[in-house]
Amino acid sequence: MNLREQWVAFLTILRKEIRRYLRIWTQTLLPSAITMSLYFVIFGSLIGSRIGEMGGFTYMEFVVPGLIMMAIVTNSYANVVSSFFGSKFSHAVEELLVSPVANVVILMGYVIGGVSRGLLVAVVVTLVSLFFTHLQIHSYFIVITVVLMTAMLFSLAGFINAVYANSFDDISIVPTFVLTPLIYLGGVFYSMDMLPEFWANVSRLNPLVYVVNAFRYGVLGVSDVSLPVAFGMIIFFTVLAFAFSMHLLNSGKRLRQ
Amino acid sequence: MIPALTIENLSKVYDNGFQALKGISFKVEQGDFFALLGPNGAGKSTTIGIICSLVAKSAGRVKIFDVDIDVDFPAAKRHIGIVPQEFNFNQFEKSLDIVVNQAGFYGLPPSMARERAEKYLRELGIWEQRDVPARMLSGGMKRRLMIARSLIHEPRLLILDEPSAGVDIEMRRSMWSFLKRINEQGTTIILTTHYLEEAEALCRHIAIINHGNIVENTSIKSLLRQLSREVFILDCVEELPEAMAIDGFTARRLDDHTLEVEVQKGQHLNEVFSVLGAAGVHVSSMRNRANRLEEMFVNLVEGAA
Repeated sequence: MNLREQWVAFLTILRKEIRRYLRIWTQTLLPSAITMSLYFVIFGSLIGSRIGEMGGFTYMEFVVPGLIMMAIVTNSYANVVSSFFGSKFSHAVEELLVSPVANVVILMGYVIGGVSRGLLVAVVVTLVSLFFTHLQIHSYFIVITVVLMTAMLFSLAGFINAVYANSFDDISIVPTFVLTPLIYLGGVFYSMDMLPEFWANVSRLNPLVYVVNAFRYGVLGVSDVSLPVAFGMIIFFTVLAFAFSMHLLNSGKRLRQ
Repeated sequence: MIPALTIENLSKVYDNGFQALKGISFKVEQGDFFALLGPNGAGKSTTIGIICSLVAKSAGRVKIFDVDIDVDFPAAKRHIGIVPQEFNFNQFEKSLDIVVNQAGFYGLPPSMARERAEKYLRELGIWEQRDVPARMLSGGMKRRLMIARSLIHEPRLLILDEPSAGVDIEMRRSMWSFLKRINEQGTTIILTTHYLEEAEALCRHIAIINHGNIVENTSIKSLLRQLSREVFILDCVEELPEAMAIDGFTARRLDDHTLEVEVQKGQHLNEVFSVLGAAGVHVSSMRNRANRLEEMFVNLVEGAA
């Protein structure tokens, strides 16, 4: 296939992915808007008013970037893991495997599909957050870059989970027992300055810490970790996840017999 | 002419140690209608899986229109259309979307994809169901949807794995005439089937696979010529005599008007008709007791076991 044909194939996968999550928007877009509204009301407004300032900002201002990032992480991950595993489970993935489309195109089709859902949900959650606080963006460049890289990283992670999953239980284990704790312990609701030194150092092993803080820096201009380190870690994990995903596709592991 | 498919010493050992293919070799010529027969677990689906990249081979060589799959699998894949045994599409998608998307996976621009999708969905009689989610279609319609999908990039080699499974007789006949038509237009077709009647009705060449080995590879005509005996059922107009005997033949009176006659290789049915005619019995119709190919198939498979 020439480049133009590969591009057509990529757009076909992407269009299919976008149609899928728009068709079931009550399961894919609406829950994040509702959940985040509850977070804004409970943590930001009710409890936050008693917490006072954090990192020089009201608690609502502090928590909003983390919650937006939480929505991006969970949605980009969920989109790819459920869509690709669904294709694997129904054998519809064979439509792609028997075609001459390049493996990198298959991967990017699914990943950009996940990124697009992450971005769409981010827009929805950001609009909801405007009912509760005033957002002043410190650096649009950093915000956009971090959002894109994070959505890509967790879409890739979702893809890897989907390849290894054997049942629908397997696609909920990682989000429940790994992703959610990492998000909650990734500094969404608190500053790492509040942690004892030991636990602050342990937290630095959590990739979500870098994602949340890099994004918070883009919005508020403050971060618990150095920005170059945060960018470096996000890029490192993204490249690693991409390389591993390509290895899975090229080797056909768990996809071909 | 370059063969449509060349398979040389193809082997497959699965991770659990089961050897599904033991170095099989065969060719399918361009324009042929080829049947790959074998009992369950013989290696048919493994062979097809390797050809279309869903199964990784352990050893051997596969060429599709002289393109070696080890050298340029994407180029080889462009020549193949595959209709698998199991339904392998998203049941929630509309029929038209399934076919158009498949075209996109082959790089066909959307306008051409829609044009071709309409052509094949109409030809297969499911255009009216184009906006129906695939899960709402009947089994036969789903099968035809998969055929339409497999043809969307106009492959030179169409492979159908048990296409008649779960399809009623009327739909099976219309599918046969469609397949015959596209074969006459130049598409090479490989078919696996359990319906031996289907292979006899459609195919010109046949390979029989059993326990991972090819036990026969010849033309259907030549295979049928190998039959050493055939059993015919004759429906007679007049009542048959109580002791109906025909010299040189084993004949059995099934009821007053039905006679079973065993004809060995080299014997002629004319002799049977002569004897019946002399007895004042006219034959209104005649049929094989069992499908001829089925008998041959059972003999070959049992012989190889």
